[in-house]
Amino acid sequence: MSDTAIRVEGLGKLFQIGTPEQYQTLRDALKERVTAPFRFMRNGGSGKASTETFWALRDVSFEVKHGEVIGIIGRNGAGKSTLLKILSRITGPTEGYVEIHGRVGSLLEVGTGFHQELSGRENIFLNGAILGMKKAEILRKFDEIVAFAEVEKFIDTPVKHYSSGMYVRLAFAVAAHLEPEILIVDEVLAVGDQRFQEKCLKKMGEVGKQGRTIFFVSHSVPSIQRLCKRVIVLDKGRVSNDGPAMEALAEYLSGDQKSTYFATPSNSKPTITMAGIEETRRTLGLTVEFHSPFQFAPVLGFVIYDPVGNPVFGTSNRLEPPAIKIPSTSSGRIEVVIPTEHFRPNRYLISLWLGDGYTDYCELPKVLQVEISGLQMDKSSQEVGSMRLPVEWNIRKIAAVTEEAVSLFKGA
Amino acid sequence: MTVTQPATPPTLIIRPPKGWVKLNLGELWAHRELLYFLVWRDIKVRYKQTALGAAWAVLQPVLTMLVFSVFFGRLAKIPSDGVPYPIFTFAALLPWQLFAYALNESANSLVTSQNLIKKVYFPRLAVPMSSVLAGLVDFSIAFGVLLVLMFYYRIVPTAAILLLPLFVLLAVATALSVGLWLSALNVKFRDVRHTIPFLTQFWLFATPVAYPSSLVPARWRPLLGLNPMTGVVDGFRWALFGRSGAPESIWVSAVAVVVLLIGGLMYFRRMESTFADMA
Repeated sequence: MSDTAIRVEGLGKLFQIGTPEQYQTLRDALKERVTAPFRFMRNGGSGKASTETFWALRDVSFEVKHGEVIGIIGRNGAGKSTLLKILSRITGPTEGYVEIHGRVGSLLEVGTGFHQELSGRENIFLNGAILGMKKAEILRKFDEIVAFAEVEKFIDTPVKHYSSGMYVRLAFAVAAHLEPEILIVDEVLAVGDQRFQEKCLKKMGEVGKQGRTIFFVSHSVPSIQRLCKRVIVLDKGRVSNDGPAMEALAEYLSGDQKSTYFATPSNSKPTITMAGIEETRRTLGLTVEFHSPFQFAPVLGFVIYDPVGNPVFGTSNRLEPPAIKIPSTSSGRIEVVIPTEHFRPNRYLISLWLGDGYTDYCELPKVLQVEISGLQMDKSSQEVGSMRLPVEWNIRKIAAVTEEAVSLFKGA
Repeated sequence: MTVTQPATPPTLIIRPPKGWVKLNLGELWAHRELLYFLVWRDIKVRYKQTALGAAWAVLQPVLTMLVFSVFFGRLAKIPSDGVPYPIFTFAALLPWQLFAYALNESANSLVTSQNLIKKVYFPRLAVPMSSVLAGLVDFSIAFGVLLVLMFYYRIVPTAAILLLPLFVLLAVATALSVGLWLSALNVKFRDVRHTIPFLTQFWLFATPVAYPSSLVPARWRPLLGLNPMTGVVDGFRWALFGRSGAPESIWVSAVAVVVLLIGGLMYFRRMESTFADMA
């Protein structure tokens, strides 16, 4: 037997757009049948004469070995979900084929099939069965699932009385105990609080170490980075990159962020019309221009992120003590100087928002990108984190420990 | 891994659907536990948050029986083959309501479980099938009422009562075969949902529920037999009361159901892979 888990060859999926509703009315279909009877037959009743079509996926080919943990990343509409839906047999492809060796379990959503009126206990069985578990298997893992979800006390309460946190914890717990050879996961980790998310990631990591094949789709670059060794980047329905995680992610992230941003002013609210960032010797210079249809006291905030999207630092002229009041105005330019000496050399992303302290008028998430090279050019890979602080080291000699002292200690 | 895991993992090929698809009932059998859980869910949830609970399973046929007895039995004086009219119509209402419920639920089943269909794979046949099977519980409860009525009217069943399960099976198969067609069509054309009430109403009058089939001229009876529910209703009355002879149209009904069922299964399987895109 080969060690291939999944082979995808020239996979494509055609969607029809132009119809506002996905389903037609019978009248439309009948009319169409009368006007174009043969087309109707050829398309098996799914064709509309004048609809536009687009390929959600096209020419997608790759091979996955048993035990690989693969991340799929791409912008909205890149075809990630379509690919997962085809791999998990929810929808059929238009062309190409997929070969899968092994039992597939797919998790495109947590809590699929949960019923509000049923208790936690009943939902574990129902959801488990829907995800493809056998009753005996669920019975065996029942206590483990309940413990993982931390809902012991409420296990016989209808889930409609659960808090949203308890609900997703229970839902994820069932899913996490699925044991197929190939696991397909779609962004389900974006559930629960920080602590539970951590727990989920850990569980996923364990599953990966058990030699199972995992297909993991997420917008969260850090979790993909943490779990996957190989990443496939999808762009407009095609594979734009397929390779080691770090390389593929770096290319994906450098996508379309720039060091400047322009926009036209709005008639209804204050807008950031220009933003730019540049590095000077020891600082970053951030420049923001804004226009507003009315007078307001501008509050500008920014957050700096590391290349994988973790926030490093952020502030605003309202938070920064003492609060810096900018006089009311309808347009202006704000310049911020950010010292870079404590940043580790790397590429950083910057989000901006503009408000008046009560309302946020304009939000530009991760709109700018800047490379901080620092004074030294060594991008030592030994450095950890995004900060470089001038720590002070104190080393003092202390009395040497003699062998006698050790034996005395051990004897005691 | 689980102990039930086969040594060599199964290989699965996914291709665009073409031509006639295999019925693949083996896969459904492999998912029988899922079918069981879906039926169990439908039953559990059905009367949740109702004040009367499972009493509805009794009330529905009993109230309909009262209405029919007053209007058709008393006022219109429709003959009832020598059996008291209330029990005459109740014996027909039992399989009829099983059928009507199963038909309605299964026809809407794919649309109501679209969030399931869009998110996870399992043999889609399990959805309309579970809706049909869930109706059997209400049927069993109402059947108890029938036994009480028979005792009250001192009707002693004949040995033919043993054949009753066959007629129940025929009713369920009829509902499923029509339900399969309608549920698949309903995903694509939501018009179906609105036609179901008319369909069941029309079908009720085309079936000898409120009247005996002996009321229909003899030469039209084979035609009436094309409606499988005629066979079911006549079969019920024959098995319970044994007054009239065995319904001869039952064979026409059975053949009609088998044809409809196979066609429904094939159409359903053909459309299956597009449900998630259209729901």
